[in-house]
Amino acid sequence: MCISQCESEVLATSKNRNAKGYLATEAADPDKCIGCMRCELICPDMAITVEDVDDEN
Amino acid sequence: MHPIAEKYLRKSALPMIFCPGCGHGTVLNAFLRAVDDLGIIDDLSLVGGIGCSSWAPVFVNTDVLHTLHGRALAVATGLKLAQPRRHVVVFTGDGDCIGIGGNHFMHAARRNIDLTVILLDNNIYGMTGGQVSPSTPMQATTQTSPHGNPDPPMDASTVAIACGATYVARWTSAHPLGIKKAVKQAITHKGFSLVHTLSQCPTQAGRYIHGTPRADDLLEYYKAKAVTRKKARKLAEDELSERIVIGTLHQSDQRPELCESIAAMHTSLKG
Repeated sequence: MCISQCESEVLATSKNRNAKGYLATEAADPDKCIGCMRCELICPDMAITVEDVDDEN
Repeated sequence: MHPIAEKYLRKSALPMIFCPGCGHGTVLNAFLRAVDDLGIIDDLSLVGGIGCSSWAPVFVNTDVLHTLHGRALAVATGLKLAQPRRHVVVFTGDGDCIGIGGNHFMHAARRNIDLTVILLDNNIYGMTGGQVSPSTPMQATTQTSPHGNPDPPMDASTVAIACGATYVARWTSAHPLGIKKAVKQAITHKGFSLVHTLSQCPTQAGRYIHGTPRADDLLEYYKAKAVTRKKARKLAEDELSERIVIGTLHQSDQRPELCESIAAMHTSLKG
């Protein structure tokens, strides 16, 4: 759901399985994120937190 | 998990019973943000009936009543009258609320009792495997309408307004900010409030009614079908009947509220 809502193509299905054995979503291209929060708002598991990262980092 | 989830979810009840791609989780996400904004968690009681919708309260770390099928509003009425200062929010589904619970729904709206009802409408009885519900579209093929649904569907928002509800808003799971805003308005509103949310069921309604088990397709379907009241005014009758009008549909402060009427009655009886 989050991948479909992201208009900036930040998210993608991971190639590695998570602790529960799923191919979860990861932030493949975080630099493209514009902070629209659609992913965070749509997630049914509230698994995503969008944070501001300052440019030095 | 998100800090709001960390703060408000009942960890012992996880994982959530919702299928992957279910819209109910998105509505719960929006609801918890609304509760956080309002700061009411210590004065909040949640009531659910039976169905996937009615599991939502169980995942929240507050007072929860998980009741009988269709009877969430009956129990919530009792709870609210006993504890009028608590915020009572009911999570229900199309089967629970306008099917078996239709009667309680009508009368709770008529009484304009200060409850907030979040109706998670997926147009099907999802938890039990995909049976036809009062809001299933006509001709839809489901487990109990294998030759197509012969019943025309009912719109819960229209019924609520007709029966006397004083705040009615409709959104879809593709509009989480709309849901959050409506929940805040509904809880703050003194009177019977309905937040009617269309929520995708990829496993049952998606496969049987919409021809896709994919949540992303169903979210696009909701976005395409939804239309604001402003745009809806410009549409012809036949086009409008195919669309879902979203936004605040009705708001009034002109009707008496039940707890206030009963409190006034007690006062006058004490003389």
